[in-house]
Amino acid sequence: MAAVDTVHRPRPHGIERRRRRVAYGLLFPGGGWLLVFFLVPVFIMAYTSLMSGGVLSGGFRFTWEFSNYLDALTGRQVFVLRSLSFAAMTTIGTVLLAYPAAYWIAFHGGRWKNTLLFMILLPYFVSFVIRTVQWKFILADNGPLLGTLKDLGIVPGDFHVLATPIAVVGGLIYNYLPFAALPLFVALDRIDRTLIEGAYDLYANRTQAFLKIVFPLSMPGVFAATLLTFVPATGDYVEAEILGGPTTKMIGNIIQTEFLTRARYPVAAALSMVLMLTMVLLTSIYAKAIGTEDETLAAARL
Amino acid sequence: MTATAIAGTRVAPVSEAPLRKHRKRPTRLILPLYTVLLMLYLVTPILMMILYGFNDIPGERQTPRFWGFTLDWYRTMFDDPSLTQAVRNSVVIAIVAAAVATPLGTTLGLALGRYGFRGKAAVSFVIFMAIAVPEIVLGSSLLSMFVQAEAPLGFTTILLAHIAFSVPFVAVTVRARVQGMDRSLEDAAQDLFASPLVAFWKVTFPIILPGILAGLMLAFVLSLDDFVITNFVSGQLQTFPIWVYGATRIGLPPTVNVLGTLLFVAGVVLALLTAVSQRGEGSEGRPKEAPGV
Repeated sequence: MAAVDTVHRPRPHGIERRRRRVAYGLLFPGGGWLLVFFLVPVFIMAYTSLMSGGVLSGGFRFTWEFSNYLDALTGRQVFVLRSLSFAAMTTIGTVLLAYPAAYWIAFHGGRWKNTLLFMILLPYFVSFVIRTVQWKFILADNGPLLGTLKDLGIVPGDFHVLATPIAVVGGLIYNYLPFAALPLFVALDRIDRTLIEGAYDLYANRTQAFLKIVFPLSMPGVFAATLLTFVPATGDYVEAEILGGPTTKMIGNIIQTEFLTRARYPVAAALSMVLMLTMVLLTSIYAKAIGTEDETLAAARL
Repeated sequence: MTATAIAGTRVAPVSEAPLRKHRKRPTRLILPLYTVLLMLYLVTPILMMILYGFNDIPGERQTPRFWGFTLDWYRTMFDDPSLTQAVRNSVVIAIVAAAVATPLGTTLGLALGRYGFRGKAAVSFVIFMAIAVPEIVLGSSLLSMFVQAEAPLGFTTILLAHIAFSVPFVAVTVRARVQGMDRSLEDAAQDLFASPLVAFWKVTFPIILPGILAGLMLAFVLSLDDFVITNFVSGQLQTFPIWVYGATRIGLPPTVNVLGTLLFVAGVVLALLTAVSQRGEGSEGRPKEAPGV
């Protein structure tokens, strides 16, 4: 039977149909899980965001309560804008910090390549709450860093970093650096070296070769890195909670309080919807601006 | 103008020339030095955690000051029953979540990496969204669902959530491996009269196994580390990150550093073992270039 198959190329329709059935069979378990525990919850959150009522006043009812969105955002613009600007600073910071190292590892890492990549992933083996708490110790007013600098008279005695935007953005940059470094490395590592040699053969100097060949070809990595940093950083609230103060609260802190402390589910769901839709919108504008939709898929493929 | 003349006179060493030129640059040390500094920056909090697990503080709560060296906290690391229980919850959830998410993600990755089917782009997009969407959105949407379903929050809801956020990561890891593999190997096996299932088992599976193991590791680590989503769906149950987060207000006991250090060492050892086992069998099957489908 198999012998017949090898004779009849291209494959007959029966096999195509069976392949498709196998594909759907493979798709079903994981896809089903994502349907039930990712897509359905998002729809239920959208549904919840249009409910009215309260935990104490007899539960929630679905009433197309669009005013929840107004409620959720009134006086909250400052948190939304702060989250977006913190995330933007984080993204720029991580990409600028990670790019040179990713470049060096990809082009000159040699036999150290895997070791260096492993080093970048090392923070993942420590709970990120613990990592963030360690920064709180490092940056404490009289901690190892500021204490030393104050003893040396480099900074004034009342200088502090904790509870400022610097501490929060610094913590975000630290925690998201590996997210940016990995896609950058993958994109740089994939670049065909003969293209760079070709540029040198055509009398390009090092700067020109980098600007005309390496950097454009690394753009999918930059795209993935910015996306994987900006989107999660916008919704993050742990750094703001541990390293920040009352003046650095982000939108995530508000959502968390509304959901878990005040149990105002509809308003909290509305805020979360706004955050998600903003992210989807910005992501698609970004994808359009930087290239085709394929870039999104390329990023997901990493 | 003299470029051709120079090229002509130096026919012999032309292949070495770019290398030597590179070595002589005085700026050549900047990037490696920078990379080392960046690595130091990345490991600083880890070193802090390890070091302060030996801190001989006078009280029970960690201080920024290092008082002296002690092994006391290693002796007493399981003295707080709530902390011990939290660590146990984390480890059990991580093991079960990784064990369930890995087959689910692997089949999904196989479907996306090997087959064309209607709705493939949509499935890819959903996976991408599940990875890229802020964790707080995943957490709050799951909580919305559990609240609507009046499901009691606790071990089960945490487990369901952890499996859900791990599956996409396993899927993309396996898909990358599947796309990188040489399909002609499997075709060859089938030409040699192997049935599709046997060809898969004998040829494809060993090649993508490193991808599956990497996905398993990733799922385990993601679950062990997760705070944001867990915080939304945990109810009263505490995992290690939840316990630590709750303790930050009053100050951390150094036993947290000790337990964090032990989890860190265990994770690194596990990852190195996975890497070594991959090097043994997988080096010739490494994906070179993802051709895309």
